[in-house]
Amino acid sequence: MFETLSRRLGAAFSELRGKGRLTEADVDEALRNVRLALLEADVNVAVVKSLLGRVRERAVGAEVTKSLTPGQQVVKIVHEELVRTLGGATAPLVRPAAPPLVVLVVGLQGSGKTTTAAKLAHHLRGEGRRPLLVAADLRRPAAIEQLETLGARIDVPVFSDRKAKAPKLVKQALKHARSAGHGAVVVDTAGRLQIDDDLMTELAAIRKIADPDEVLLVVDAMTGQEAVNVAEGFLETADLTGLVLTKLDGDARGGAAISAREVTGKPIKFVGVGEGIDDLEVFHPDRMASRILGMGDVLTLIEKAERAYDEEEALRAAEKLREATFDLEDFLEQLQRLRKMGPLQQLVGMLPGAGAALGDVDIDERRLARVEAIIRSMTREERRNPKLIDGSRKRRIAAGSGTRPQDVNALLKQFAEAQKMMKALAGGRNPIPGLALPGMGRSRRKR
Amino acid sequence: MPTETAVLIVLLALVAVVALVLVRRRSGGAASRSQPNPTLAAAVPDLRRRLGRTRSALAQAFRRSALDEAFWEELEEALLAADVGTEVTAELLAEVRARHPATPEAARVALEELIADSMSGADRSLHLDGNPAVILVVGVNGTGKTTTIAKLAKRLGDEGHRVVLAAADTFRAAAVEQLRTWGARLEVPVVAGASGADPASVAFEALETARRERADVVVVDTAGRLQSKTNLMDELAKIKRVLERNGASVSEVLLVLDGTTGQNAVGQAEAFRAAVDVTGLVLTKLDGTAKGGAAIAIERRLGIPVKELGVGEGLDDLVPFDPRAYAEALLEP
Ligand SMILES: Nc1nc2c(ncn2[C@@H]2O[C@H](COP(=O)(O)OP(=O)(O)OP(=O)(O)O)[C@@H](O)[C@H]2O)c(=O)[nH]1
Ligand SMILES: [Mg+2]
Repeated sequence: MFETLSRRLGAAFSELRGKGRLTEADVDEALRNVRLALLEADVNVAVVKSLLGRVRERAVGAEVTKSLTPGQQVVKIVHEELVRTLGGATAPLVRPAAPPLVVLVVGLQGSGKTTTAAKLAHHLRGEGRRPLLVAADLRRPAAIEQLETLGARIDVPVFSDRKAKAPKLVKQALKHARSAGHGAVVVDTAGRLQIDDDLMTELAAIRKIADPDEVLLVVDAMTGQEAVNVAEGFLETADLTGLVLTKLDGDARGGAAISAREVTGKPIKFVGVGEGIDDLEVFHPDRMASRILGMGDVLTLIEKAERAYDEEEALRAAEKLREATFDLEDFLEQLQRLRKMGPLQQLVGMLPGAGAALGDVDIDERRLARVEAIIRSMTREERRNPKLIDGSRKRRIAAGSGTRPQDVNALLKQFAEAQKMMKALAGGRNPIPGLALPGMGRSRRKR
Repeated sequence: MPTETAVLIVLLALVAVVALVLVRRRSGGAASRSQPNPTLAAAVPDLRRRLGRTRSALAQAFRRSALDEAFWEELEEALLAADVGTEVTAELLAEVRARHPATPEAARVALEELIADSMSGADRSLHLDGNPAVILVVGVNGTGKTTTIAKLAKRLGDEGHRVVLAAADTFRAAAVEQLRTWGARLEVPVVAGASGADPASVAFEALETARRERADVVVVDTAGRLQSKTNLMDELAKIKRVLERNGASVSEVLLVLDGTTGQNAVGQAEAFRAAVDVTGLVLTKLDGTAKGGAAIAIERRLGIPVKELGVGEGLDDLVPFDPRAYAEALLEP
C-alpha cells in the first residue's frame, strides 16, 4: 500500500524492517520526503507544516510493525493523519426539521457551481424530494440559460428572474418553493473572488435571506495553494456547512481537499467526477488520502470495474486470464472496457505499488491508439493465432494501420512476452516484484 | 458481480498493459530511442523521473536582518505558496544562493531578476498571420476561455481588426448563448452550430464566414476538457486539423490556465501542447490573491510563453504579460 511514497523515501531505511521504535532521525528523514509529496499534491505549505507537526508527534517513538520498514511506518501514520484531517467518515446532507431543505452553492468563478447545483438537484430528485433550482448567478452571461438547460434535462424546475437582484430573487424563490411544496431548494450563485468586497457583501445578504440548511463551497480539485485563502474567505462570509470537491475525474492529486478541510473544519460532502449529471459521489476520506499521497486506490478501481463489466462478461474474461488463453482479440476487448473505466494512466495509478514497481509509468494513450490500429488491422483469426501472420500478412497489417512491418513484429513479440507474464500471474506468482496485487496477496491467499 | 472477479479482471487486464511496460524496459531502450516505434509496448512507456532528491533543510525567517537559514526558509515558503512547485523553487533558490547575496534584500532582488530573466526573451506577441488569422482557445473546464475570447475580441476590434467568433463549444449547456451574449455586446458576429454539433465543422464554418465577410481574425472558443480525457483531446486536435486542411493559418493556440490552479497546470500544458501545439498561455483570475506560479515551471520546462493575463471579468481586464512586473508581484509579501 505504501510503495509509491516509500520509493521516494529512498535508501535511508531500505532493509530495516520492524526494527523496534521510530527514532527522531527516522521520522525527520521520512517527513522531508512526505513534505515534498504533499506539496507536489498541492497541499498548502502552511497546512503541510501543521500536519507534519502532528505526524511527528505521533510517530516519534511509535513501534514499527513487523512487516513494515520505518519509512513505511511513517507513511502509514501520515495516511492515518490525512484521513483524520479529511474527516474520518462520509458526511450526508443535513435533514431540516421542516422542508424545504435549502442548499446554497458558492465558490470562485469556474469552480463548477452550476453543474454541481444541477447534480445535487438530480440527486435530491432521486430521493423523491421535489427540488427547485434557483438561478441566482445574474452576472455571468448565459448562466441562467445554462441552469435552465440542465434543469430541463433532469426535469427539475428552475426559478429565475433576469431583472431582480440576487438576494431578492432568492427570497422570491423560497416563497415560491414553500407555496409550491418543494422539498428542497438548490441555489446556484455567481462565482466570486473571496477578496471582492462588493460580491462578498452580496453573498452575506443572500445567506441572511435564504437562511440555508447547507452552504456548500465548491472547490476545484486542481486548486493550488490558494485553496486556503478561498476557504477562509468563504467560511467567514458565508458560514459554510460543507465542501464539494469538483473535477476529480482529472488527474490532479487534489491536495486542496486537505487545505480547505483543515482551514474550515467543514466536511467534504460530495465530489464531482465528471460532466454528466450523475457524476456526483459521496466523499471517501481514505481514498482521497491515498490519492493525495499517490498510493493505490483499489476500492475506486473495483467500483469502476463493477460499473464497466456485467457479471457474465467478467467471468468469461477472468477465465481466459486464469487459463492464460488471453489473446490479442481479448486484449483489444479489454482495452476498450478499461477505457470506459477512465484514463488508463489513472487506472494504473490506482494499482497499489504500480508507481514503485514501474517507475512513474507514463501511459501514452496516443501511441496506444496506434497499437490498437495495428490490432484492428488484423483479421479475427490472426488475433486469435498470431502464428498465422507471415511476411505478406504483416505488410498488409502495417499498410492497414499506417505503420511499418517491423512495428507489427515488435508488437507481436512484446505481446508474446506479456502472455508469459500473464501465465506466471495465472499460476499465482506475481511476475512484477513490488506490485501489490490485492486478492492475490503475497502470502494471504492463493488461487 | 463478485468483487473478487472484478479485481482479478482489472488486474489482469491492467497487468497486460503493465507487463508490456516491463517488457519494453527490459528489452532495452536503445533501439527504440533511435527509431520510435508505435507498438504496444511503446505506447505505454516513457518513465518520467521525478526529481525526488532530498533538499538540505532550509530553516528560518524572512524579515530578519541577517541572511540566515530562517530567511531562506521563508523565501522557499513564499515561492511554494505562489504555486511555483517544489522543483522549480529549489532550482531558483539554488541559483540565488549561487549569486552570494549579502543581505535579504539583495537576495530578494536577485530572485526577482532570476525569475524575470528566465522568462524574458520569449516572444509574447500575439501572432496574426494568414488571412484570416485563426486563434484557437483551449483549456480545462472553467478556466476562463470564453471570457478571455470576449476580451481578445474587444482588443482586436479596438485595434481595427474585423473579428469573427466561432462557438465551437457545442457541449456545455448554454456555452453558445454565453459567447453570443458577448458577441452582441461587442457587435462581433458569432458563428454557431446546433447543440452537440461537430465542433470542427463549426470552426470551419466560421472560417468560411470570415472569408466571405472579409474579416481578418477568427477566434475559436472550445469546450473545456480535462487533459486526461484522450478522446476529447483528439477532438481538439481534429478542430485544428480541419482548419488547417482548409487552408487556415492557425497562428495562435492559446491555452487558458486558471491562476488558482496548482501543479496540475504543468500537466495541462504538456497534454494540450501534445494535442494542439500550444503557442502561448493566458493566465486568468490574477485579480484574486493567487499568483499562478506554476506558469514559471511551464515556461522553464516547456518553453511555452505566457502571453496575456486575465485580471477581472470586464472586457478590458486582459493585459499583456510582463515578466518583470510579474516577478515583483510574485514576491510581494
Ligand atoms: N475574477 C476573474 N474571473 C474571471 C476571469 N476570467 C474569467 N473569469 C470568470 O470565470 C468564470 C468562467 O469563465 P468562462 O469564460 O465561462 O470559462 P470557460 O473556460 O469558458 O468555461 P467552460 O467553457 O465552462 O470550460 C466566469 O464567471 C468568468 O467571469 C478573470 O481574469 N478574473
Ligand atoms: Mg466556455
